[in-house]
Amino acid sequence: MAQRQISYREAVAEAIIEEMTRDDRVFLMGEDIAVVGGAFGATKGILAAFGEERVMDTPISETAIVGYAVGAAMTGLRPVVEIMRCDWMTICMDEIVNQAAKMRYFTAGRPEMAMVIRTATEGGIGLGAQHSQSFEAWFAHIPGLKVVMPSTPYDVKGLLKSAIRDPNPVIFMEPIILYGTSGPVPKEDYTIPLGQADVKREGKDATIVCWGAVTSRVMNAAKMLADEGIDTEVIDIRTIRPLDIEAILASVRKTGRLVVAHEANKTGGFGAEIVAQVQEKAFDHLDAPIQRVAANDVLIPINRNLELMVLPREEQVIAGVKAVL
Amino acid sequence: MELTKENLLDMYRQMVTIRLFEQNLMHYAGEGHVPGTGHVSIGEEAIAVGACRALAPQDYIISTHRAHGHLIARGTHIPTMLAEVFGKATGCTGGKGGSMHLSDFDRNILGTNGIVGGGINIAGGVGLTIKMKKTDQVSVCFFGDGASNRGVFHEGFNLASLWKIPVVYICTNNQYAMTLPLCKNCANQDISARATAYDMPGLRVDGTDVIAVYEAVSGALERARQGGGPSLIEIIAFRLQGHSMRMDAMPDGSSYRPEGEIADWWDNKDPIKIFREKLYGLGYLDDEVAATLEAAAKKDIDEATEFALNSPEPKPESIYEWIYA
Ligand SMILES: Cc1ncc(C[n+]2csc(CCOP(=O)(O)OP(=O)(O)O)c2C)c(N)n1
Ligand SMILES: [Mg+2]
Repeated sequence: MAQRQISYREAVAEAIIEEMTRDDRVFLMGEDIAVVGGAFGATKGILAAFGEERVMDTPISETAIVGYAVGAAMTGLRPVVEIMRCDWMTICMDEIVNQAAKMRYFTAGRPEMAMVIRTATEGGIGLGAQHSQSFEAWFAHIPGLKVVMPSTPYDVKGLLKSAIRDPNPVIFMEPIILYGTSGPVPKEDYTIPLGQADVKREGKDATIVCWGAVTSRVMNAAKMLADEGIDTEVIDIRTIRPLDIEAILASVRKTGRLVVAHEANKTGGFGAEIVAQVQEKAFDHLDAPIQRVAANDVLIPINRNLELMVLPREEQVIAGVKAVL
Repeated sequence: MELTKENLLDMYRQMVTIRLFEQNLMHYAGEGHVPGTGHVSIGEEAIAVGACRALAPQDYIISTHRAHGHLIARGTHIPTMLAEVFGKATGCTGGKGGSMHLSDFDRNILGTNGIVGGGINIAGGVGLTIKMKKTDQVSVCFFGDGASNRGVFHEGFNLASLWKIPVVYICTNNQYAMTLPLCKNCANQDISARATAYDMPGLRVDGTDVIAVYEAVSGALERARQGGGPSLIEIIAFRLQGHSMRMDAMPDGSSYRPEGEIADWWDNKDPIKIFREKLYGLGYLDDEVAATLEAAAKKDIDEATEFALNSPEPKPESIYEWIYA
């Protein structure tokens, strides 16, 4: 029998429903998440299943959404809150960086800080420069946070369930362009550990490390390269922090060549961190300078053609691989 | 609950203990024993003691950078607290949090905060837990007049009132935010009046009157416990010292405060002096009893100082503790 196919947004909702069923300390808060089921439809049906005591629409108050989650987590609940767009995480950075990430430290490890902040991230759907950014590098910079960005329906279900069970604050980033994409997702309970990369394609000539929406474009590029006889290995890190650097190093030791692809802006992007770690830990295995494929260092325009130019596509990935061969 | 003679004398002892703790701290800061900084609440002791006396043991406290009094009034182990302020291994955060990051989970003091206003949303989340678990608790949030001008005040207050969350907001209006006087901080200097905007009761209380503080907080706690939602109590206080141990004057050493203000406040607004006179008037206190209580307070502080001074430095490997669970 063919495996059940569901969309990324359905996989998000299914993970939440399973975890809310499993643990009555889990609850949801966010803007437009309850009655309409989320601005992008990822929490549809959850209000009907659990009622408004555990699924709460909030006012447009990003600092309160995250700050209340901190207080609720400190007193034993497990909030899963939504900040509608990653761009607006800027508004609650104090609550994320100075409060959530540091509360265990300031209280000698007394409370569990089990909380998840879900947010729609990255671009590609014409929403423009305040609705298309992806700040995984900022969050990954902060000790105390975990950062996850799944690229498939299968991964999002397994990783979100792990994030909800994790006793630390987790920034859970869902690429907006992926919500409508479908893939095989088991109906049963399964989890994917945070901090475990996934080899999405095995190959021997070069390694491409990626995460988020660019992953599917990287996979397309890998197929196109295969047609030319170039065999690439694609590693989707899935979790930005903690980073599965061992998986990357193992691949680089095998291929000797590395391209890092992500959708966020190139300068100061998380790709830079991976490049730095690889040269620190596997310099002798590298046969060519590492290449980065990322958004140009510009704002994201709404015009379809311009947006396509800015965000990394198959072409740039192919060029990146050819540059390291 | 009517306060008994024993209660009142104990409250006097607590106020004296807080005063001595902080005067002692200023002395040892001068000797280089306090890393960073610390903020004393000299002149605000009646607020800590009146409010904490009103709390039930199961109630929670979320506090600010100026919080020594709140912990002492709640019965926190003073040696552990002083050791923390000195940055010692025996401190409540192993010497890594200091004066601005104190906590005492055994007494439901979930933490003080180095971010002005940082506790306002957290306290709302603590109240949300209480509401969701339907426990007989209240979340009490201390903050200052300066914090009332942060955006989190608006977001946190609106949500707490909207959801009828059991929180008591206690705004210690000591008429200064660092160097800036109230008239340059608040467009409407009646902070309690803002409660109306959130459809919650707003009270104004004299912070030199420990019994008035006790009564106002008792009323607000009762209301919250009955499901009536949050209240704002603005307590007018008189900051008898500088902002912090680092910031006491203008760069040239002159004062940013009106001439004579501090001397006038010491003469007329010292809550300990005022309470002492009241207790003499009631016939509860005489020189002999006062001397006994003051000696007991001094003994506590001397013992704490011994403990803190003789405590070990934190171990180097402790830097990795309590970041992730
Ligand atoms: C968000 C933020 N801004 C500025 C500061 C620096 N700062 C520390 S205490 C303080 C004044 C706070 O005034 P208030 O809330 O009235 O409390 P008080 O110090 O008078 O007790 C300031 C500006 C800070 N710690 N956090
Ligand atoms: Mg003040």
